[in-house]
Amino acid sequence: MAEKIATREAYGQALVDLGATHDFVVLDADLAAATKTAKFKAAYPDRFFDCGIAEGNMMSVAAGIAASGVTPFVSTFAMFAAGRAYEQVRNSVGYPHLNVKIGATHAGITVGEDGATHQCNEDIALMRTIPGMTVINPADAIEATAAVKAALELDGPVYMRFGRAAVPVINDRPDYRFELGKGVTLAEGTDVTLVATGLMVHLALEAREILAGEGVSARVVNIHTIKPLDEELILSCARETGALVTAEEHSVIGGLGSAVCDCVSAACPVPVKRVGVEDTYGRSGTVPALLAYYDLTADHIARAAREAVAMKK
Amino acid sequence: MEQSKRQTLARIAGDIRAGILRGVYHAASGHPGGSLSIAEIMTYLYFEEMSVDPENPKWEGRDRFVLSKGHCAPALYATLANKGFFPVEELDTLRKIDSRLQGHPDMKGIPGVDMSSGSLGLGISSACGMALTAKHKGEPWRVYTVVGDGESEEGQVWEAAMFAAHYKLDNLCAVIDWNGLQIDGPVTEVMNPTPHDEKLRAFGWNVVMADAHDFDSLEAAFAAARACKGKPTAIIARSVKGKGVSFMENKCEWHGTAPKEEQYRQAMAELGQEV
Repeated sequence: MAEKIATREAYGQALVDLGATHDFVVLDADLAAATKTAKFKAAYPDRFFDCGIAEGNMMSVAAGIAASGVTPFVSTFAMFAAGRAYEQVRNSVGYPHLNVKIGATHAGITVGEDGATHQCNEDIALMRTIPGMTVINPADAIEATAAVKAALELDGPVYMRFGRAAVPVINDRPDYRFELGKGVTLAEGTDVTLVATGLMVHLALEAREILAGEGVSARVVNIHTIKPLDEELILSCARETGALVTAEEHSVIGGLGSAVCDCVSAACPVPVKRVGVEDTYGRSGTVPALLAYYDLTADHIARAAREAVAMKK
Repeated sequence: MEQSKRQTLARIAGDIRAGILRGVYHAASGHPGGSLSIAEIMTYLYFEEMSVDPENPKWEGRDRFVLSKGHCAPALYATLANKGFFPVEELDTLRKIDSRLQGHPDMKGIPGVDMSSGSLGLGISSACGMALTAKHKGEPWRVYTVVGDGESEEGQVWEAAMFAAHYKLDNLCAVIDWNGLQIDGPVTEVMNPTPHDEKLRAFGWNVVMADAHDFDSLEAAFAAARACKGKPTAIIARSVKGKGVSFMENKCEWHGTAPKEEQYRQAMAELGQEV
């Protein structure tokens, strides 16, 4: 069993590590202990600014900081970064294309016991509609660390999506390389491609094993950058395997599944089955119970893959 | 203030009013009422108070300005044009499809605009971010913002007020344009945000009252803001919506309506300006 680390832990540590060599500041809205920016606060107290429980103000403050030539990382839960402060992200940060890096934690259903009000399954959909916004959803702690560095080096606004729950480390290999906007083919296959993002990537790899036992050859692709989407890779998967399954810990509306459908419907229409949270709210529960309840499982990805393959002409 | 300076500033304010009317007339849309009410405030800021360089709009040492009530962009543009950031003639292109003079301020395209604004409540927060950055970097430049009285009904204005006092942003000065009218009627009838002075003092601000159309009053208010240490300053500036054009003064309907040709000619004549 692989080591399990929450991507928010990697985010907090990456801020500390990069803070030694890069002169950025960090803002939080009274959630530093949970978002893990508290690590940065402890290391560089004069570069950390708590904005209190006022996320809209925090996002516009961040825009003012960026307009003054300093890059801010801004953290709160995804619900409040992408939801509460959507309009501030859109108008204060997005429209002027400012260097604000949003580190949104506690995204998706795996918030767990806090339940529906805090389980943001809509943030990818909201953020990817903003022109010029880069949207990253790392699969594990290693990818999260790389994403923070890439976000810092990019000129423009970035939305990074991190999770509360510990997830298996799958990228622990010497040749691991993170390239913004480039998907990663983790395993080859010929009958169907499992296009996954975030914590669903390791479940897609498990689904591939299930399918292999049934004689179905599944390719697995990790899409860490939802926007800009690696359309070249998605289209080559569509052409070469003829069917796709998307998998995300997010609503099936507006997220990775929608982005992939947008892409293939315009250039290479093939069957696409979307695995994600159906058009509904979350609920309280443990992480394993919630993933099972909302069909975010390897078994369900495998079932969707069988259906997609059956739809091929 | 010396009489000659007062006269010079009054002449510039007249030119800015003319620029506002010219832009709104040619666009056949826009917001003249609240633009005219801040003509002296904008004049005093850009021609007396702030350090800016029209030849180098992005000069790092400049004072910053955020028009939080972004719909009054015609006043900001007329001020910037008269200051030399771009030609005054360009004001005629306001809101046109091929113009850089967008309906609300766009910092990416317009020289001298320090922050995009227009969605109410957001600008004052960005001004806070700028002031915090100056403090953080140990820079002496100051940050100014103009907030509408109606705008102060936005909750975010009070989040920003809390933030500015908490971080002791004494390099921030927010002018509240108290013209008393918003789209649906008198501010106190639509959704009463008063008393601004008591509320802002309770939030930890230094509060100064001023006459928005009197340069001596504005001079004293901005000097008081500069002198105050450890707190942000709010200047509550009593103004007349539509000031300077008889038929626009104190009329809600001129919040967001452009003058027709005859009205435009009359307005310019009242200001002693050529069409």
